[in-house]
Amino acid sequence: MKILALGGCCNKSIQNYENAVYAAHNCGIKEAVEHIKDINQIMSYGVMFTPALVIDGKVVSTGRLLTVTQIEKLIKDRM
Amino acid sequence: MSNWFKKHKKLAIFLGILFAIIFINAFIGLIFGWEVVKDIFNFFSYQVLGMQWLNSLIGFALGGIFGNDFLISRWGLSLQFFIYDTIKIMFLLCLLIFIISYIQSYFPPERTKKILSKFTGIKANIVGALLGTVTPFCSCSSIPIFIGFTRAGISSGVTFSFLISSPLVDLGALILLASIFGFPFAIAYVFVGLVLAVIGGTFIEKSGAGKYVEDFVTAGSNVDLQQETITKKERITYAKEQVYNTLKKVWLFILIGVLIGSIIHNWIPTEWIQSILGINNPFSVLIATVVGTPIYADIFGTIPVAEALFSKGVGVGTILSFMMSVTALSVPSLIMLRKAIKPRLLWTFIGIVVLGIIIIGYLFNALNFLFI
Repeated sequence: MKILALGGCCNKSIQNYENAVYAAHNCGIKEAVEHIKDINQIMSYGVMFTPALVIDGKVVSTGRLLTVTQIEKLIKDRM
Repeated sequence: MSNWFKKHKKLAIFLGILFAIIFINAFIGLIFGWEVVKDIFNFFSYQVLGMQWLNSLIGFALGGIFGNDFLISRWGLSLQFFIYDTIKIMFLLCLLIFIISYIQSYFPPERTKKILSKFTGIKANIVGALLGTVTPFCSCSSIPIFIGFTRAGISSGVTFSFLISSPLVDLGALILLASIFGFPFAIAYVFVGLVLAVIGGTFIEKSGAGKYVEDFVTAGSNVDLQQETITKKERITYAKEQVYNTLKKVWLFILIGVLIGSIIHNWIPTEWIQSILGINNPFSVLIATVVGTPIYADIFGTIPVAEALFSKGVGVGTILSFMMSVTALSVPSLIMLRKAIKPRLLWTFIGIVVLGIIIIGYLFNALNFLFI
């Protein structure tokens, strides 16, 4: 399962990435969570409001700083 | 027609309530005279929203603890202003952000983009300015929004209408302003903010400055996000998170704002403020705008300062100019925007917004008597 954390601008995005890393670890996902900061790459997902989260190429959340538990739930729903 | 009602049930209910309020007030006005309506609105804005009762309560408590001599001293008055204003603004802030975030959860920028691409001409500018008030915004999101809008074929004028109105006008500000200055001023603020956004955006496009964007902005293609609809529960969670996050972000701004406010309120002689920012100084609006432009504070931080200036008899136009220049333009957001737009467009943008704010200031100072 490939998880991308989009957004590198404000603290919220960085926190979102860190939460995603914890959540992926807790769910036993081996693949590293990627932190996408490049604006062109972010836009290529159609996302205009970061932090956003992409799981297996699908945008699952935009404009929200998610907690570890929330991300875990999103991951488990897609396992 | 009946289809329209079915499709827009919530909007119909909202409009229904709005018309009912207007109708009831018009009815009361016709029977009891307009003074009664005015009293109702004043009561609502000063007691319910403005919480003047809280001010009296704090005064009473401070008088009880430290004695009445302290209460009427400068320190006493400063302390009273500080406690009252902090509690009031924090409380209103939490309540308002909750309501506003709930509404905003219906308008993520991705959806705004889709709505806007359906309109053309001046109508698009107006819709852009209006959507700017309800779309969630932070200074980091200005670039993705700028790029996203441009790639979706939305004209530069409409994008700038959106970018001007977004930090400037917001529903929370409307209510907070109403609590301090009354409804006429608050509605006037929102109205001129929207007009500035529409005219500013239109001018940027018509003057031809709008095409000076960095190459990468137009280089990509437009991607529409298939957004999943979120449930009511998720909206409430989102609204709660927003309250918490905003409060964490702005509490310091508010404390600083209230502190400056209470200094102006009780320590700086009225004559000084009057001579610099008073209505008789023809440069007051210019001074307020120039001082406010590089500073960035949330609109909630500027309100206590505005409140204190207002009580010292500074003209409403000068206060408007100050508040608008602090919130609309700031060094950090301009640095961000510079990455996506070329200097010529950036300077046109700054020039138009500053000019607009100055004109609004003088206009409102000329109409000062309407608001006091």
